[in-house]
Amino acid sequence: MICQECQKRPATMHFTKIINGEKTEFHLCEVCAQGKGNLFMSSFESPSLTINNLLAGFFNVNPNYQDTHPLSSSQTLHCNQCGMTFEQFLEVGKFGCAHCYEAFADQLTPVLKRIHGGNWKHSGKIPNRSGGVLHLRKKISILKETLQNLVAKEEFEKAAEVRDEIRMYERMLQEGEDFDVH
Amino acid sequence: MSIDKFLNQSSCAWMSADGPQSDIVLTSRIRLARNLKDYLYPTMFSAKDAQEIVNKVEEVISRLSDDSPLKGVEMIRMNTLDPLQKQVLVEKHLISPHLAEESPNGACLITDNEEISIMVNEEDHIRIQCITSGLQLNNALDIAFSVDDQLEEHLDYAFNEVRGYLTSCPTNVGTGMRASVMMHLPGLVMTRQINQVLPSLNQLGIAVRGIYGEGSEAIGNIFQISNQITLGKSENDIIMDLTTIVEQIIEQERTARQQIKNTAGVQLEDRIFRSLGVLMNSRIIESKEAAQCISDVRLGIDLGYIDNISATVLNELMILTQPGILQQQAGKTLRPFDRDVRRATLIRERIRMGDHA
Ligand SMILES: [Zn+2]
Ligand SMILES: [Zn+2]
Repeated sequence: MICQECQKRPATMHFTKIINGEKTEFHLCEVCAQGKGNLFMSSFESPSLTINNLLAGFFNVNPNYQDTHPLSSSQTLHCNQCGMTFEQFLEVGKFGCAHCYEAFADQLTPVLKRIHGGNWKHSGKIPNRSGGVLHLRKKISILKETLQNLVAKEEFEKAAEVRDEIRMYERMLQEGEDFDVH
Repeated sequence: MSIDKFLNQSSCAWMSADGPQSDIVLTSRIRLARNLKDYLYPTMFSAKDAQEIVNKVEEVISRLSDDSPLKGVEMIRMNTLDPLQKQVLVEKHLISPHLAEESPNGACLITDNEEISIMVNEEDHIRIQCITSGLQLNNALDIAFSVDDQLEEHLDYAFNEVRGYLTSCPTNVGTGMRASVMMHLPGLVMTRQINQVLPSLNQLGIAVRGIYGEGSEAIGNIFQISNQITLGKSENDIIMDLTTIVEQIIEQERTARQQIKNTAGVQLEDRIFRSLGVLMNSRIIESKEAAQCISDVRLGIDLGYIDNISATVLNELMILTQPGILQQQAGKTLRPFDRDVRRATLIRERIRMGDHA
């Protein structure tokens, strides 16, 4: 067998790399295997292998998607920040910029659901600064819950305090959003 | 801290093997992917953008307060390194092959003890990584979050309410977090139970990577187990779920080891001491054989057959016997045969040095 990398020397090293149960075989000569050595030994994921498998065939598998979004429209669909088309995204498996997430928003939910076990909405960390408004919203929703509980227990004095607090945060939120826009 | 330090430093924090369950779990790693909202991503950005991002991150690092572990850490630009130097950083798990080979405008920051590293302009603008010894993902996450907060104070991240941290690849979106645990599982491999364990993990949204040689044995019996889902679950939940699964695998591994000891104790002991003999005496050794012998000796230590060698030495050997590091130590590129000779020498010396551990 000849080395699949250089196509010159005989392949003496045979690897089977298994990622998520997906087998890929490598037949390399010693020289090429040493060059590739770090790829095999590395503990970093090799994203190109995983994502392309996930996206490949995705739009063939889901007939509903093609019904609602004919191919012609997805060909012209593109991100106006970085210029990446949706077709390009499917091919590369990577976005060109943050705005791509909005440009391809409608197409993205089924893709994300497929990758993330049915999930499509973030529920982890919120950045302190960039997520400022979100922190306020989270706080307000918690306080509103507290308020309901207090009212139910007829603790009106405390409830009034919480209501003031909510109003304060809502004002801050208003200002925050104004600030965000400008 | 100059690049030479990392190239020549043979030991680092995680190798101490002092973390919880470190007889079976070598390391716990957290990686956070972050991007800057005002720049195109590495698939589309220009070289000028890329350089600007590196400079920006460098400036932020210089502004950090004195108690930050990153204070004073030097930015290492990929285009200032030769291929061998990059290979050494890859073999030490400090940077990815992607950064070394496909990111001409990439850069990295590494703390002295090699616990925290930041890659700039890899697949994402910023990747924060923290490696700790043993099974302690919580601890690694705390450290990574603290670095994340320090950077975010000065950088505008690409984030939105619905999708979370907007990563370059949709497989990382949301938390942008990959938590991974590197495990040594010789018991499950020898009893062939690994063939049942691995497929069942995939169904739980857990990815397993092993490096396979011919036949079914992973080289060095080392497996990396990590979360696949990054969206829709909080970082803490992801880590809790992964930890639970890893603890179950640890239990299975311990049971398998005990089974072998009970049913084939002499054969096991023979194999372990033969491997020790090879490491202590060989003059030429290939990386695959070295990895297998290191695995056997590690198991011998865990089971109490060998008590005069420390796990730290084996952790060091696992890293130091790789081709790039061997050549770096030699100060020149070496033919495979010469590497095998140097590898054998290094192992003999290290094992004798660690004899009284
Ligand atoms: Zn070749
Ligand atoms: Zn875009």
